[in-house]
Amino acid sequence: MLKKALIGAVALTALTAAQASAQYSDNKIKIGVLTDLSGTYSDLAGKGAVVAAQMAVEDFGGKVNGVPVEIVSADHQNKADIASSIARKWYDAEQVDAIAELVTTAAAIAVREVSKEKGKIDLVSGAASTALTNAKCSATGFHWTYDTAALANGTANAVVKNGGKSWYFLTADYAFGHDLQAQTERVVKANGGEIKGAVRHPFPNSDFSSFLLQAQASGAQIIGLANAGADTINAIKQAKEFGITQGGQSLAGLLVFITDVHSLGLDTAQGMMMTTGYYWNRDDETRAWSKRWSAKMDGKMPSMVHAGTYSSVMHYLKALAAAKTDDGMKVADQMRALPIKDASGFAVNGKIRADGRMVHDMYLAQVKKPADSKGAWDYYNIVRTIPGDDAYQSLADSKCDLVKK
Amino acid sequence: MMTLFGIPAAALFGQLLLGLINGAFYAVLSLGLALIFGLLNIINFSHGAQYMVGAFVAWLGLTYLGANYWVALILAPLVVAAVGVVLERTMLSRLYKLDHLYGLLLTFGLALIIEGVFRNLYGISGIPYAVPKELAGGWNLGFMYLPIYRAWVVIASLVLCVGTWLLIEKTKLGAYLRAATENPALVQAMGINVPIMITLTYGFGVALAAFAGVLAAPIYSVNPLMGSNLIIVVFAVVVIGGMGSIMGSIVTGFMLGLLEGLTKVIYPEAASTVIFMVMVVVLLIKPAGLFGKGA
Repeated sequence: MLKKALIGAVALTALTAAQASAQYSDNKIKIGVLTDLSGTYSDLAGKGAVVAAQMAVEDFGGKVNGVPVEIVSADHQNKADIASSIARKWYDAEQVDAIAELVTTAAAIAVREVSKEKGKIDLVSGAASTALTNAKCSATGFHWTYDTAALANGTANAVVKNGGKSWYFLTADYAFGHDLQAQTERVVKANGGEIKGAVRHPFPNSDFSSFLLQAQASGAQIIGLANAGADTINAIKQAKEFGITQGGQSLAGLLVFITDVHSLGLDTAQGMMMTTGYYWNRDDETRAWSKRWSAKMDGKMPSMVHAGTYSSVMHYLKALAAAKTDDGMKVADQMRALPIKDASGFAVNGKIRADGRMVHDMYLAQVKKPADSKGAWDYYNIVRTIPGDDAYQSLADSKCDLVKK
Repeated sequence: MMTLFGIPAAALFGQLLLGLINGAFYAVLSLGLALIFGLLNIINFSHGAQYMVGAFVAWLGLTYLGANYWVALILAPLVVAAVGVVLERTMLSRLYKLDHLYGLLLTFGLALIIEGVFRNLYGISGIPYAVPKELAGGWNLGFMYLPIYRAWVVIASLVLCVGTWLLIEKTKLGAYLRAATENPALVQAMGINVPIMITLTYGFGVALAAFAGVLAAPIYSVNPLMGSNLIIVVFAVVVIGGMGSIMGSIVTGFMLGLLEGLTKVIYPEAASTVIFMVMVVVLLIKPAGLFGKGA
């Protein structure tokens, strides 16, 4: 009895000693989820990302070395100025240690500037632009889920190799659309394909008939949709209406989320190829995690942004525990050193590079025919796994000044 | 091949036809707005939300009641009009004597609330609504492929617009309505129930919005923001046509649809702004709008 009590006492002292040596400012860890809670991207990111971050905290046990972890969230409305002012308030006045999710490239870059200046961690999941790991890279900034280079390498490669040699683009007329088009053109040309032209449409736009007609007249085999969200949905829907797909031309959705496919319906979306960083129905692990998420989200299934947010927050918590401090630089070093593995099944073969890019396996998916779908949200066939190193921009091409050359 | 403005004529005809189709939506929506402004002096900012609700009622009817597209075309305007009548009786009717700004703020607030509720319930990505079987498919016109459904949209809108114009300008009821806007007290003195007429006018105006919503459901995805994307353009159409002018809003709606269609071929980047440039020019030259009376 006495022996047991002694051992207990020793263990307890050891534990408190460990706590005492860990340095977390304000005796609290606060992670901010900054996302679009009400606008165009609120389904593919939004509340689902907040839920995913909370799941990561719960799965980790709610505490890091005895220090409680709290999730806060806010709506950046896809605006850079709002995003950066919230980030400043969080870092300066509310003891937030890291900001996660950050859909919309402009908002992500704005927060990146603030995080860099304060030496705090950002975990970008929803934003697409490769700028985050090139000109805008930071030692404490991470780009987790996907980027325009990975989308182009995945989808455009596969489509050109399947015989889709000539391309015409419908491009959303803002930085993201231009970036996605440029990345895709590069891949198409590298594979011996040809660019027949492009039309830039206003963002957002609801009627695509006139742009689709121009694409049809170009005679290109493939119409590449360098846009996202509602724009992509409307373009695909109207392409079907105008008989473009029946006329022998194919659409390539360059950024399509599972929430978009859900909105289109399989009847309209079937056969489309796309690149994704995550699919809930890929294996037992992804199914188990996604069902837990789904139970909190009225039966919806997670997009890659949701799973990516969980994965990035989980990895951040592990790094915090290992670093025994919330100092941004030290935690970032641990994030680069620790293996990436979590319950969501995201980040297969994941590793973080010097430019902040979390490189992991991507998947080339094709939307199922309605008859092949076995139930709600059973939408994709995974055609091919794209190894991370093939999917992402090579480190040698990076313009990030943290990359030693 | 023959070319006009450096564009193959065939492509140009195609684009003009598409412009006409978009113009049909502008015309029906701006007609409702013009009607409400002309008779109630209310700038109905919730028009876009009511258009969105029309599309949602069609989807809800199909999903939960099995009501097909044709039923929805009648049902949705009635449901939305009923809600509109309640809004008019309980809220709007208190604002007629106040400045325009109050009506604008109230309806703007209502639009935000309605959109917020639908966004909360159905998310942002939208819901699919299939083209009715009878109108699926299309015709190859040689210069373009015309989906039958789009042709139907133009015809239905034209019939509706002309019908409304005839109702207001050529019937006794229309004469009462016009008289009631000029001098409500006098018309009331003649034994006509003016408040009821005003309430029904508001109901009819928002029913037009809901009708356009049902027309739009198979083309665009049914989503909570579909109205707010459109409403600003429609307001520009009403301003260009002349606030409150029925004919003005119809003609301007179709004309601006055509102009926008042309812009999409010549300089696509300006497609979303061309209507506002026209608005600026019209306001400078003719502040009351193309068809407006007086300033």
